[in-house]
Amino acid sequence: MLRALSLVLTLALCLALPAHRAMAQQTGPLQALLQTHADEVASPGRQSVGPLIADLVASGLPQVPDFLNRWSDRDLVQDEATGLFYYDGTPPVDVDTGAPVRLDRASLSAVRPNGGVRRVISTALVQFQLSDPDIAARSAALDAIARAPEPDQLAPLRASLASETDPALRARKEQLVGMLAARFGANSDDRVAAIAALSGALSVEVRAVLNQILTTSPGVAETLPPEVNVARVLQVGDDIPIQDAYARLVDAGRAPPAQDRDQIKAALTANVAGGEVGGVPVGALDSETDRLRAYAALAEAGAAPPLVTQDTIEAALASHVFYEAYAEPDTAVTDAARAALDEVEQRVFFNQMLDLTLDALSLASIYFLAAIGLAITFGVMGVINMAHGEFIMMGAYTGYVVQQIIPDYTLSLIVALPLAFAVTFAAGVAMERLVIRWLYHRPLETLLATFGISIALQQLAKNIFGTQARPLTSPAWLDGAWVLNDVVSIANIRIAIFVLALIFLALILFILNKTRVGLEVRAVTQNPGMAASMGINPDKINMLTFGLGSGIAGIAGVAIGLYAKVTSEMGADYIVQSFMTVVVGGVGNVWGTLAGAALIGILQKGIEYFNPSNTLAAQTYMILFIILFIQFRPKGIVALKGRAAGD
Amino acid sequence: MKPQSFLSQNRSALWFLLSLTVFALIVTVLSDAMGNGMISTSFVKTLGKTLCLMLVAIAMDVVWGYTGILSLGHMAFFGLGGYMIGMWLMYARTEIIVTESLRAAAIPPTPQEIHDSVGTQIFGVVGSSEFPAIWLFAHSFWLQIAMVVLVPGVLALVFGWLAFRSRVTGVYLSILTQAMTLALSLYLFQNEAGLRGNNGLSGLQNLPGLEDLPQATLSLAFFWASAVALGAGYVLFAWVVSGKMGSVIRGIRDNESRVRFLGYHVESYKLFVFTLTGIVAGIAGALYYPQAGIINPNEVAPIASIYLAVWVAIGGRGRLYGAALGAALVSLLSSWFTSGGAPDIPLGFYTLHWTDWWLVLLGVSFVAVTLLAPKGIGGLFDLLGHRHPVPERVGDFGPDKGARRTVEGEEER
Repeated sequence: MLRALSLVLTLALCLALPAHRAMAQQTGPLQALLQTHADEVASPGRQSVGPLIADLVASGLPQVPDFLNRWSDRDLVQDEATGLFYYDGTPPVDVDTGAPVRLDRASLSAVRPNGGVRRVISTALVQFQLSDPDIAARSAALDAIARAPEPDQLAPLRASLASETDPALRARKEQLVGMLAARFGANSDDRVAAIAALSGALSVEVRAVLNQILTTSPGVAETLPPEVNVARVLQVGDDIPIQDAYARLVDAGRAPPAQDRDQIKAALTANVAGGEVGGVPVGALDSETDRLRAYAALAEAGAAPPLVTQDTIEAALASHVFYEAYAEPDTAVTDAARAALDEVEQRVFFNQMLDLTLDALSLASIYFLAAIGLAITFGVMGVINMAHGEFIMMGAYTGYVVQQIIPDYTLSLIVALPLAFAVTFAAGVAMERLVIRWLYHRPLETLLATFGISIALQQLAKNIFGTQARPLTSPAWLDGAWVLNDVVSIANIRIAIFVLALIFLALILFILNKTRVGLEVRAVTQNPGMAASMGINPDKINMLTFGLGSGIAGIAGVAIGLYAKVTSEMGADYIVQSFMTVVVGGVGNVWGTLAGAALIGILQKGIEYFNPSNTLAAQTYMILFIILFIQFRPKGIVALKGRAAGD
Repeated sequence: MKPQSFLSQNRSALWFLLSLTVFALIVTVLSDAMGNGMISTSFVKTLGKTLCLMLVAIAMDVVWGYTGILSLGHMAFFGLGGYMIGMWLMYARTEIIVTESLRAAAIPPTPQEIHDSVGTQIFGVVGSSEFPAIWLFAHSFWLQIAMVVLVPGVLALVFGWLAFRSRVTGVYLSILTQAMTLALSLYLFQNEAGLRGNNGLSGLQNLPGLEDLPQATLSLAFFWASAVALGAGYVLFAWVVSGKMGSVIRGIRDNESRVRFLGYHVESYKLFVFTLTGIVAGIAGALYYPQAGIINPNEVAPIASIYLAVWVAIGGRGRLYGAALGAALVSLLSSWFTSGGAPDIPLGFYTLHWTDWWLVLLGVSFVAVTLLAPKGIGGLFDLLGHRHPVPERVGDFGPDKGARRTVEGEEER
């Protein structure tokens, strides 16, 4: 009997439930939860949707993020007959299982949350994205927050911190929490604390946040208003030009606009009557005083607004105070932000200096490479080679030609470097044999003869390769940059040139100081006659030295061509700088060339730092500096002493 | 010393003046302005410009061939002179145009308005309308003429004083002067320098107030002015390099220390020569650029000064007429070759275009002259037998060769 009763009851339940709420026993946990808030889900309000979303989030169901997404995308439908929710589609889909459901589409009505509700939903979604198992999704969510920070992202972001496993993302999250807290923190103390924490950062984003907090707007009033968070009071004449200050008064409607020369002239022109204006003949209006007189007459007659005189302007300015006010009303916050920004900027400054030093080093190594060959021919042999720049060009074109033949950039570079050395070595030896040998005692004529060679070579290159720049492409592994932080980075190609310069420094020091040839070179340099008596062939040594100097120029040409374009005039761009490097450093000394290159590189970058838009000015000032430098150290930084000096 | 004895001592000056006069007269008679039209106006301009280049070349010869300072900066002084006269030409002409256009206005313009719109006209091309401070004297012809002399003169004086004081000599000095030239041209390239950046000054061939004169007459007038300046410059420099002064500066060229030990203040002599030649170069430039019509910073680039040295070297250092001849020959040849005047040479497999190959030829022939004929074209006059160099005083071999000679006037090796 009891069993029969329970059977009946069960049957009754089975029959009754579908009638009341369809297939309740098959509903999943999300559907069940939604049913408890059915009305709110079907027609949510921005104010009232909060508890529903809190419940959804608190349920911890894995389906919730997807549901929120589709709800927000207006992808949700309700069966009017049963009140159950489905995802829209043909056929509709169950919210829990994702299984298709057989339903009459006519009984479904779409759920359309309004814009306010959708914003609430998307905020709720952020925390799901922030703890998404997929790292890419989390990173994308963080990027979205960084792009458009909103106050209500702060809490979910903070909440997601604890569960973050990836250390890089965790750091990024902490940074974003700090930035959001600084701007949207709950109270003044929170924000000040967050701002103080930001002062250790360096990134552009942090600086943007601090600058955002410190946004000011110009203001003008008769007395400083007490409710405004004043950034600073402007002194007319010092902080703000008189014209601008008066224009601000005019904009604020506190003063009549002042007439400038053109307006006075226009008013006079408009009022010419019978050959005169305001009683002054038109022909006499060719001076300022007469024009003012005529205008005063016009103003008196009411034909023009009264003239705003200098006195009026000054009186108006004196009775007003000009200031800049923070958009942020809280003084504690702006003070903290100011302090933090100062600290950040100081750190940025130090890093910029570091970056500048790296830049200067790389420029110095380029100058060093360009000048070291010259230091050998000019410094060691006392021969001026104006065609040195053209040897650089020759090396670069050799690199270009090799790239045309060997398509693999890495391989072609490996071939080009020794080939450029060989080509320019041969050219140097030929030049020494044919021309320079005859002019050893006439340095000024060497200068001119090599200059003749230089114009001939330059024109020859133009005739062969054309006037347009030729590319010398660097291999892919040299393309990137070494990024230290947001401020400091340096291109790989520049590091490579730096390393190349170091190698050459070592190589030349080794050749000159540790080898037999180097010994003979130094001997011939100091006293050719005595060297010849000792069995050294000065002719041969001179030839070799000149070839070596020229060959290095060829290699420098390949290096320079990699980061600059190859043109027939590229040599001319470096020749004066190279001579400067050698002369400033001290003639006849490899270390001197190094010092000269470092000085010129640092100097040029330093001047460019102060005047970044104008590299021409930087070069001008640098040359002037060098001319003055020579005044005080005519023999350069590293001056040879004693017999080695040769005088 | 009686005046006639100066010219009789300097036969070459007499001959030079004579041939210059004859040449100028022939050009005048054949020119367009006289109605003959044998020589076109543009060629008269080319000849006038060549005379200016000859003037700067003899200045260069004095500083290099006689004093032994290879200055690679004299074309900078030349260009500065051109800029100075160009400022007045541009200002005055624009002022006339502006006054003309403002005359139509309902109200006569004030001087300030004229000045302002002249500024807008001149500097509109570099996006400015304010007159920079260096244009302070541009409105006045005489003040600006004074600047033609003063600006190159003061620059040469200051630079020379700094350089000679610290005893920078030889190739170091050459490089230093080249650096000065480079700095100047880089400076002029900037719009902030106030000389219209790389646009330079243009329209200089139109003389303000003389618009009615035909260009044929103007070009002839400038030709004569250049000829007179060249003649005067030649006499001036012939005077400088003769007599005791000339002996001292040649002494400095051959052995500076020895002259210093003899008690001469070497620096003053060098500074005097450097500054004087700088001023003459400036005057030559002031005559050159109204004929050229345009000046821009490229004209001041270091390469121009090197070409100047090339002319002098090809012409022959150490004699004024040599430098003048070299400048005339090379610059005329250069314009003939580069303007396509020279016929192309078909080689079968390749056609030699002289516009492309002229610089190669110039470079190679320059090397050849340096190596094989250090006396240059001027050396040919020795072959005529009219002139026997006096070994003690006149060295044609150039400064450094002379300095190394064990016996004066004798060649080493």
